[in-house]
Amino acid sequence: MTVTDAARESVRDALEQDQVVSHLNPPPSYDLDDHPVPTGREEVWRFTPIKRLRGILDGEKSDAHLTWETQVPEGITISTVSAAEARELGELPPSERPAALAIARAGGATLIDVPADFDGDEPLLLHLHGESVDDLVWGQLLFRIGNHARVTIVVSHTGSARYCATTSYVVGDGAQVNVLTLQDWADDAVHLARDAVRVGRDASVRHSAISFGGDVVRMHANVEYAGPGGEAEMLGLYFADAGQHLEHRLFADHNAPRTKSNVVYKGALQGDGAHTVWIGNVLIRKIAEGIETFEENRNLVLTDGCQADSVPNLEIETGEIEGAGHASATARFDDNQLFYLRSRGISEEEARRLVLHGFFQDVIRKIGVPSIEERLTATVEEELAKNVLGGSLVAEGA
Amino acid sequence: MATLEIKDLHVTVATEDGPKEILKGVDLTINEGETHAIMGPNGSGKSTLAYSIAGHPRYQVTQGSVTLDGVDVLEMSVDERARAGLFLAMQYPVEVPGVSVANFLRTAKTAVDGEAPKLRTWVKDVNTAMEAVKMDPTFSQRSVNEGFSGGEKKRHEIVQLELLDPKVAVLDETDSGLDIDALKIVSEGVNRFKAEGDKGVLLITHYTRILRYITPDFVHVFVDGKVAEQGGPELAEALEAEGYDKYVNAKV
Repeated sequence: MTVTDAARESVRDALEQDQVVSHLNPPPSYDLDDHPVPTGREEVWRFTPIKRLRGILDGEKSDAHLTWETQVPEGITISTVSAAEARELGELPPSERPAALAIARAGGATLIDVPADFDGDEPLLLHLHGESVDDLVWGQLLFRIGNHARVTIVVSHTGSARYCATTSYVVGDGAQVNVLTLQDWADDAVHLARDAVRVGRDASVRHSAISFGGDVVRMHANVEYAGPGGEAEMLGLYFADAGQHLEHRLFADHNAPRTKSNVVYKGALQGDGAHTVWIGNVLIRKIAEGIETFEENRNLVLTDGCQADSVPNLEIETGEIEGAGHASATARFDDNQLFYLRSRGISEEEARRLVLHGFFQDVIRKIGVPSIEERLTATVEEELAKNVLGGSLVAEGA
Repeated sequence: MATLEIKDLHVTVATEDGPKEILKGVDLTINEGETHAIMGPNGSGKSTLAYSIAGHPRYQVTQGSVTLDGVDVLEMSVDERARAGLFLAMQYPVEVPGVSVANFLRTAKTAVDGEAPKLRTWVKDVNTAMEAVKMDPTFSQRSVNEGFSGGEKKRHEIVQLELLDPKVAVLDETDSGLDIDALKIVSEGVNRFKAEGDKGVLLITHYTRILRYITPDFVHVFVDGKVAEQGGPELAEALEAEGYDKYVNAKV
């Protein structure tokens, strides 16, 4: 290598002209050939029960669809565009097979347009309902949120289907966006989802993923930045019962300076074969100086026979960062918390209920959608009633 | 009545090398209206005594008895002990995320009294108890002990002492880590509790500092899992001057 080559290389590195290939996050592509059908041995598929995906991974086009019930605040419009148009409008391209398949098979995208300077307290509600797990449904959604808009978006899923969807949130500069996606499926549903957010300059986005139902839910929540100063808060809450597989895969791609990401996912597991997976990937690119990131995953194992996988990954390519950290913990009840409450006269059962209630409330109170918060609290209480108050819990050391 | 009687108490904890005896025969009687200070070097078993009285599952009582007004405490579960009138102010109060102080205090009060407190007076009682230890009422809405400073956690323990109004309070190194202002505030809280007259106080401390604000009736020096010496407040002054050396060296 000559001196000039070396200099050229260092300039190229500094400008990041070549895309940095993150070993955990392959470059995106619309070409299905770039995303072969996984065998289950791949790093990104090794936790997923491929057979239970019921053929989605090589699924063909389908006329089946979910029924949409919507409440649309004045000013927001919903229309249909072609896949090519969605691409031109700046959707976030797929980086794995289900997302690429959804775009290839959906036959067009739903475009939800929130105009610039939109300001509304009333949330945009999209309620998607499936009739049968025999239906294979593809979905492509694009939310375009204008500069300085302030909007709350709730997407809820109920009923049953094999639903594979790719959703993009393209968020304008200075916008404040609160997104909540609720997976409240029937027991046999299979849901593969990729939510990806591009945060505008100085914009802030909160994305909350709540998964209670379904046989298998595998959901990506990705965030990247269109400019400096963007902030993303990625929240999650899940409750896996016997036999359920709930998988949440996070990716914060710090591709701009002075951006922030804060990830908090909390889950509980109860019953034989309950399985949860949380993968928290963070990439801090060379250009992303002065960023802050923190990711946290906590799992509470309520009975024997459950499995919680929790894997935080941090790739850092610059030393000039404000802060980067992660925490992951999977445990049964905290004996010290129970002892503290009981030492104040609170019965063991009531103490457990309080600790669990608090465990979830800690996330629920941050979601910032009052109407949904009440529903979530009620759903958590119902889930808890199945086991916690039934007295079949296993205490630490018991 | 409030008499806590500890007789020949032996306690072990499980370690990797098998059970290890920490308390080796403790005798102590706290009558109504009395304040007892237990002092001793680190590792002498002071905190083990506190947690054993409260019923922490980590500690196994192998011998002896603990009774409150003649009733066997060791047969009771942790929460039954609290409902019987025992209170432990902890050295390291535990954080319980997502559970508000208001919810916690109301749940505890309901459990201890066997009925929910009257809403109107309760809110006032909570605010009064908080103001008494100079805690802002907004703490009610925060999660239990989460993000509290060391001093705030200790003051929160005193708020609970005032509201739950037990018969006997065990204070485990409540003074540790407090600055002088916080120490005074916490001591005043304990003195208000004492002033009710029919209460027992077991004050566990490493330092004599807190005894300038809370006057004990009896001082017990704890060494190697039992009481090595006892006396009146003057014993604390002697310890202040001489330290624990003579006890620790005597043991060796």
